[in-house]
Amino acid sequence: MSNDRPGKVRMMQGNQACAEGAIAAGCRFFAGYPITPSSEIAENLSVMLPRLGGKFIQMEDEMAAMGAIIGAALTGQKSMTATSGPGFSLKQENIGYAGMAEVPCVIVNVMRGGPSTGMPTLPAQMDVQQARWGAHGDRGVIALTAKSAQETYEQTIRAFNLAEKFMTPVILLIDEITGHTTEKVIIPDASDIEIVHRKKPDEDPENYLPYRLTDECVPILAPFGTGYRYNVTGLCHNETGFPTNDSHDIQCLIERLTRKIEMYEDDIIRNNELMLEDAEIGVFAYGSVARTAQAVVRMCREEGIKVGLLEPKVLWPFPAKAVFAMAQKVRAIVVPELNLGQMAREVSLASECRVPVHKLGRVDGRPIPPQQLVEKIREVV
Amino acid sequence: MDRYDVRLSGSGGQGLILAGKILAEAAAIYDGRNAVQTQSYGPEARGGASKAEVVIKDGEIDYPKAMDLDLLLSLTQESCTKYSGDLKEDGIMIVDSEIVKYPPEGSFKLYAAPITSIAANKIGKIVVTNIVALGILSKIAGVVTEESMRKAILARVPKGTEEINMKAFDEGWKTGEELLAE
Repeated sequence: MSNDRPGKVRMMQGNQACAEGAIAAGCRFFAGYPITPSSEIAENLSVMLPRLGGKFIQMEDEMAAMGAIIGAALTGQKSMTATSGPGFSLKQENIGYAGMAEVPCVIVNVMRGGPSTGMPTLPAQMDVQQARWGAHGDRGVIALTAKSAQETYEQTIRAFNLAEKFMTPVILLIDEITGHTTEKVIIPDASDIEIVHRKKPDEDPENYLPYRLTDECVPILAPFGTGYRYNVTGLCHNETGFPTNDSHDIQCLIERLTRKIEMYEDDIIRNNELMLEDAEIGVFAYGSVARTAQAVVRMCREEGIKVGLLEPKVLWPFPAKAVFAMAQKVRAIVVPELNLGQMAREVSLASECRVPVHKLGRVDGRPIPPQQLVEKIREVV
Repeated sequence: MDRYDVRLSGSGGQGLILAGKILAEAAAIYDGRNAVQTQSYGPEARGGASKAEVVIKDGEIDYPKAMDLDLLLSLTQESCTKYSGDLKEDGIMIVDSEIVKYPPEGSFKLYAAPITSIAANKIGKIVVTNIVALGILSKIAGVVTEESMRKAILARVPKGTEEINMKAFDEGWKTGEELLAE
């Protein structure tokens, strides 16, 4: 069998790769409520977790599932839920709570078409702005994406690592195509996978302050049940975790919730670039649409049109520097996506009007085939 | 080899998504090439036009959905009418002869066999229609080895049904041979 990388090769769909990635990352608690096209994540974990001594709970609804993983995460467990658009909307209040209380957890959204119950079985990328701004209030957000089963496996592990490192809920956005595409996944040896665990406090329980201000800006929350007692709240709080109305404490807290992601942006953001060096047309594409774009780069170059691809692996924080660098090189940017321009808007902002940004939005529940993007690029040229 | 795009179409519940997974696993795991399998179905659990697609290639597969079809299998008239538009001029169409009464016209090669009846009457279980279809398809297409198909089927079907599924595959393979000889 042809295999140029070590590890086990298996055929699996993106959703199963997500479940496998979660287990590899150390996830031992899942709470969820089934919803197409994400259900196979729960289905797989309902079998895998009990075998490993983990817990799987099907909750009464999506809100309760989000609440359950916050509770489990506070005991030190790596915890996850998975859903799709309508469930993602319902989880927002508790996602905001996890952001405010700085509880690390992973929320997977296998995107389908909306608004409302929309298109249960058909792909879309309509939740990319909701991932950033879906919960009220100001705070930094980390949201990853993936275009294949292999990347879904790797990005699920990374989502846990980033959650633990920055003590924040991390969102993984894939779409129905990625979730339901079965293809080869190379599972590395466990010793080759980087796993991050949250820091533990080194002071004794009497002197412990859960939200102590440090230069790193990331709190150290002791797992409940290890002798440390502290308060967790969605209200603005001070270093003790108890609510406060002190203006200085509040200003510090809210600024820190944004700064703790912003100051690490260069570590968090990752992009793939394909033939951008000499490109005249830049394509910005993510998730399953990036696969269309890869094919299109090849097809256009055969026609003599110099096209390059910027493919973000992290949607939030937004890769503004990479977009700006691309905008300085190319004559125009094309943004194909399965919505009506949600990320094209960010690309326009980040390119600072250097070049025109053209949207190609498809919202009929069908993928963007390479031919459609090629035609758009010809039009732009 | 460049892309080989296959679409398996019929009605929800006929096991075409499983058939697609088996075909993809035969190519990718047992033949050691690359394959991706995708699917499209309606919100209903049974009925409705359903399709599974498999792309087989030696190198990396970018766009995962089938584009220009090298092979289309249709087990219902509705799916044949709805999903045959992308078939290449020199492509292959395999239909259930008793159900697809009006295959579209074109320059592609048409192979018709009573696939559902073979499963129901020769094997005695209509549920193995998908495996009979895989036997016919793999013989006619010739892109996946027979041995790999058998291994992939055995790895996927429920325990205790190996024998009946192998019988279904044999019957399909034989039908494929007859169709090619015609």
